[in-house]
Order: sequence, then structure tokens, then C-alpha cells
Amino acid sequence: MEAIYLDHAATTPMDPRVLEAMQPVYQEVFGNPSSVHSFGRKARQWLDAARRVMAGSIGANEKEIIFTSGGTEADNLALIGTAMANRDKGNHIITTVQEHHATLHTAEYLETQGFKVTFLPVDESGSVKVEHLEQALRDDTILVSVMYVNNETGVVQPIAEIGAVLRDHQAYFHTDAVQAFGLLDLDVTELGVDMLTVSSHKINGPKGIGFLYAADHVKLQALQFGGEQERKRRPGTENVPGAVGFQKAVELAQKNKEANQKRYQHFRQLFLDELRNENIRFDVNGEETATVPSIVNLSFPGTNVETLLMNFDLDGVAASSGSACTAGSVEPSHVLSAMFGSDHACTTNSIRFSFGSYNTEENVTEAAWRVARIVKRLTER
Amino acid sequence: MIYLDNSATTQPDPEVLASFEQVAREFFANPSSIHQFGGKAEQLLHAARKQVADSLKVEPAEIVFTSGGTEGNNMAIKGIALEHQDRGRHIITSEVEHPAVYEACQSLEKLGFNITYLPVDENGTVSAANVKRAIRPDTILITLMHVNNEIGSVMPIREVGNIAKQHPKLFFHVDDVQGLGKMPLTLKNSGIDLCTYSGHKIHGMKGTGILYVDKRTRLFPLMHGGEQERALRSGTENLAGAVAMAKALRLIKQKETDQAKRLQGMQDYLRSELAKLPGVEINSPADAAPHIINFSVPGVKPEVIIHMLGEKEIFISTKSACSSKQKDESKVLAACGFESSRSTSGLRVSLSYENTQAELETFIQALSEAIQQFKEVMR
Repeated sequence: MEAIYLDHAATTPMDPRVLEAMQPVYQEVFGNPSSVHSFGRKARQWLDAARRVMAGSIGANEKEIIFTSGGTEADNLALIGTAMANRDKGNHIITTVQEHHATLHTAEYLETQGFKVTFLPVDESGSVKVEHLEQALRDDTILVSVMYVNNETGVVQPIAEIGAVLRDHQAYFHTDAVQAFGLLDLDVTELGVDMLTVSSHKINGPKGIGFLYAADHVKLQALQFGGEQERKRRPGTENVPGAVGFQKAVELAQKNKEANQKRYQHFRQLFLDELRNENIRFDVNGEETATVPSIVNLSFPGTNVETLLMNFDLDGVAASSGSACTAGSVEPSHVLSAMFGSDHACTTNSIRFSFGSYNTEENVTEAAWRVARIVKRLTER
Repeated sequence: MIYLDNSATTQPDPEVLASFEQVAREFFANPSSIHQFGGKAEQLLHAARKQVADSLKVEPAEIVFTSGGTEGNNMAIKGIALEHQDRGRHIITSEVEHPAVYEACQSLEKLGFNITYLPVDENGTVSAANVKRAIRPDTILITLMHVNNEIGSVMPIREVGNIAKQHPKLFFHVDDVQGLGKMPLTLKNSGIDLCTYSGHKIHGMKGTGILYVDKRTRLFPLMHGGEQERALRSGTENLAGAVAMAKALRLIKQKETDQAKRLQGMQDYLRSELAKLPGVEINSPADAAPHIINFSVPGVKPEVIIHMLGEKEIFISTKSACSSKQKDESKVLAACGFESSRSTSGLRVSLSYENTQAELETFIQALSEAIQQFKEVMR
């Protein structure tokens, strides 16, 4: 039986064109961009070109792009880097209970370093409320970090509204846009964000690379020390082939943004229609109209997440119970717990399906049919 | 094209590239995903880790895949400092470390740690006796490079390891980015608790590396998140990169065994030819690692020579690529006690197993012509 991948929010297959774009870099432009000879300068030119594309994709200046080893590093750099560098301005940080662990655990670490952190709640819609942010904001708040799109529910957060609230406040505004990039418009000026995280492997690019946008005025302390790469904010020999692959992925994502939106919207609708046709009982977690089209989180009453995932997997449907990043464990989702309360049934019977480049109408329909068959079997008593 | 800057970075091996591409195509899933796609990715990650562990003769659980040498060094140094600061806040290192170690130590000074920067002798080597003398009751870490990246001097790692063994409460970290594949270094029972490796210096991929962490060693993580790599290094695993790293390591270890003599022979040739050139002074010690030779042409700006050689498609470097944008004096050459005419005119040739005798002959010829040409112009 053909296995069907519906877990693009965990990671995506690399686009063959990305791999193709990387090949000449490995073979011909392998120099160290910091070397002064022409080999190094050529590598530097490619790196700069990649940086310009990153900057252009979010309306930033190329000097404001810091290449990192991925989303986790960018989130860590944004939070720890600004918290440590701006202690003189205050001790208070605001984030939300439903952030990705790369933000959440970093905020918890900052608490151990003496920072006061407010974790904003989310309601059943899966969204944070701007009013809650306004209430939490204090004069000594130095940083606000809110993800753009939740990775488990796909719910889009009110980033531009929060950006507007913070416009006249000293606090820096960081958004983890890992799940938003390629599907939503991202203009850092319009959004009013000072920092923004993007990861390559979530948009069909290579693993091991991402970037942090940090506006020119952001005072940031480096997490690592060494050479003076990335304007002293992130040392280490630059991953030029990775950056060029990432560049291609960004270009493709931008070019195909509208087509992909439509395509994934169609897949999601197809998937849900198919389940409804099969008379499966399910609820959509999070405000359905407020999500990105690539993610749908479904609760199947009367089932259990581990049994579901095991059976899906045996039948060749690859989905997940939420973030893959909790290293292989099936813990109750912290996002759904935040939305519905930790004792609510949906925290232990929900599955995230995420659509992407691997999918076709045929395999989405087939997957829905397999899911329906399993859910029926598990709920028939 | 004659590429003699292999200590800055190396050309990836075609076999490594093939592995990388195959994994990127066929095993794209997140190893933490619990479905079969993820399961297969995880198995492959295990296999890569096992292969690396076998190559280094350590246990798979002691291998942490990183984004490269800088991260490995930062993770080791800051990780030990933050985790064990209650026991003491003193760290020993040397004056000639790579910036990834040196600046990591300096950053810890700002946090109240006390750092001893040991001097080197004229051969660019730290003395084990000085390391021993510097140890205090509150010393928690010794961090030293195995092979210096600018002049190729080899540090007495085995002796320092034996000293470290006598102080079970302190940790010993080695930056082996330049030594890997060129100068064998045993990890097991060596007194070494942590060791940093980089992929792109051994014909692997940029953005890949390994930190060896002895299984009894606890570290405070540099990055927080999904707790991958035994919670030491959060972030979705770069599986294709890890497999490429394992492959590059296996290949370079093979070459280290098979071609050590040939590499040493090429360096011996360079040393004897450079010694014959008027106005050239060799800075690398006689017992340097076999792939690096550093020399000065006092009175000639190193950039001029780089440029003249570059026109003939021959690539060498001044000092380390990571600090090439700073002022012109080499910190390493200055630490060796060379006067400024020499420490500001250092040039580095760094070899790989891919270089040939014929390439070196062309290089020597070109260098000799360049120096002559320059002297004529300046007369």
C-alpha cells in the first residue's frame, strides 16, 4: 500500500529544483565566504544573493537577515539575544501558552535567569486576544513573542494588530513565522515586527538552515561566539549551499504562493468532505476560517490518539498528534490543553493533518478514505 | 585551479554529495515523527550515529550532531561553564585558539568566569607543564585545540589528557576541527570529555559537525526546544547532513591511514623548497601537522602575493578565514613571538589528500616568480 504523507507541518520533502540549485555550489563555489581569494569572494557573492532574496521576501533590508541553523536556533537567538542585551530596559517578557517549544522552553529558561514571563492564554478559537496582550503589557516589558501561525491548529494569530499595539512601546516584537511563510503575506513593516523566524525545511528547502530577521535597531546579543560572520550576530562558516537551496525554496514559495493556497485549500476541503461523506464524527479544532489552508486539526470523539496514529501508520497515513519536535513522544498537546483545558477529551483524541507538496487529489482522497475506515472501526461498538 | 586553502574549507567529496542527495530525496521526514516516514528517518539517523561512533571508537550515545565547529565549541565551553558553575568558575585555554573557542571564553569572562589564557612557545605550542600549573581547585574546564589552524602546531593533547584524568572534577575539551583526518587522536580513556569536529573541513558539507560528549559529562544546552539529541541540541535533525558527515568521516579516516606518508611528503617538499626561496621565512614548526605550512615574506604585503597567485588560479590564504577581516597582524604569529614584520606578513598553505606533487611544483614556481616580480617593482 502506498504510504501517504500528511505531515508537512513537521517537515517537507526537498523540491528537486532546490537540490538542483545547490549542486553547482557544492561543486564549484565551495569556498569559505570569509576567505579573501576569488574562491571565497565568489562564495560571498552567492551568499549575498541568497540574503537579498530572503530580505526581499519579507520586505526587509539584507543587513537584517541572520542565517541560522534553523527555526529553533533563530527563536533562541531572538529571545535570549534580546533579553540578555536589553536587561537595562526591563525584566518583563510576554509570550503565549501555545508557542512552539523552541520559544516556550526558551522563555522558561529565561525565567530561571530572573526574567518575569507572562504567558498569554488562548481561547477555543485557538487565537490569542489583543486585549490580553494590552493588559499584560508593562513599562518594563522588553520583548513580546507571538507565533504567526500555530503549528498544531494552523490558526493565524493577530500579528499586525499586536504590532500596532506595540508600535509606541519599547518592547521588541518577535514572531515565529515558520508555519506562515509561503502561505501568508509577510511584510515586516506592515506587520510591525522587529524580529521574525523562518525555517527552510518547512518550505521544501534543505534542513539545517533558517533565518532570523532582526531589524537594524534591535540590540541583540549573540548566542555563540567565534568568527565575525553574520555581522557578529552568528559566527560559524556560512552554509552557502544551504543558503542557496533555501533561496530557491523561498523563490518557489513566493512564486507559487497563491497557487499553493488554492491547492491546499482544495485538499483540505476534499479531505473534510470525504470524511463527512463517510459519516465520520469529528470536530475541527480551532476556528476553521482562521487557519492556514495547509493544516487541519481534527478531534475524533471516542478514540485515542496513540491508537489512531498507530492504525493510521499501519494503513500508510502519516499524520501526527501535533508538534513532531517533542522527540517522538505522544504527550497531550499543550496547544489543545491551552484551548480547551487539560482534561478535555480532544487533547487525547486529536490528529493534525498537514498538506503540501507530497499531495495530490488522489492521495488526499485515498488518505481520507483510509482514515474514515479506521475511525469507523475504532468507534464501532 | 590549484586549491591550497583546505584549512578554510574543502571541496565536498562526490560520494558525500551523492549520500546527501539520496537522503534528502528519499528520507525527508522528521526523525521525531512517529509515523513510518519518521521511523525510517530515525533509523537512518541511528545508523549515521553508529557509524560516526564506530569511526571515532566511542559509543553512539556520545555523538551529538551540530551545525558545525563553531556550534560544537560554543556548546562544549558554555555548556560546561553554565552547568558546573557551582563547582567553580575557572577555565584554562590558550592564546592561539580559534575565535570560536577564544571568544566563547571571553564571553564567559563577562559572566564572571575567570579564564587563564596560556602562552605558547616559539613553536606555537602550549606546554603541558604550564597547563598543570594553571589548574586550581575551582578549575572546571580545560579547552585546547589539537592542531592550530594557522601554523599547524600540535598541542600536547595526550599529556594534558593524562593531567586531566588526575583531576576527575574538571572537564577537558579539545577543538579537533583542524586535526581530524590528518593527526589521529584517540578519545577513549584519553581524559578527553568533549571533542569538536566540523564536516566542511574534511570534504563534508557546510552546516554539519559533531560534538563528542563523554557519557558521564553533563552540559547545559545552548538551544532550547524539542529536546532532540538527548536534549543537548534542540532543532529538527539535519538527517541528510548527518549522513553526509558520517560518510565524510569514514572517507577521511581511510585516507588518514592510507595516505599519511604522501601528505607528509608533500609538506616536506614545500618546506624544503620554501626554505630555498630568498626572503621567505617559515613560521610553522618542524613537527607541525602534515597539511599546514605557514610562512612569511617580510616586506611584502600578503594580499599582494595572494592576488598575484590568484591571477594564476592558485589559492592560498593569509590567516584564518574566520578572522581575515580584522587588522593585519596574526594573533597566533604574534603569540609565537615573531616580530611584527613577520607576524603581519604570514601566508598559509593548507593541503588536502586531493592535492598533487605537480600542483605544488607549479605553486612554488609561481610564488618564486611573484616574489621576484614584486622585488623588481619595488627596487
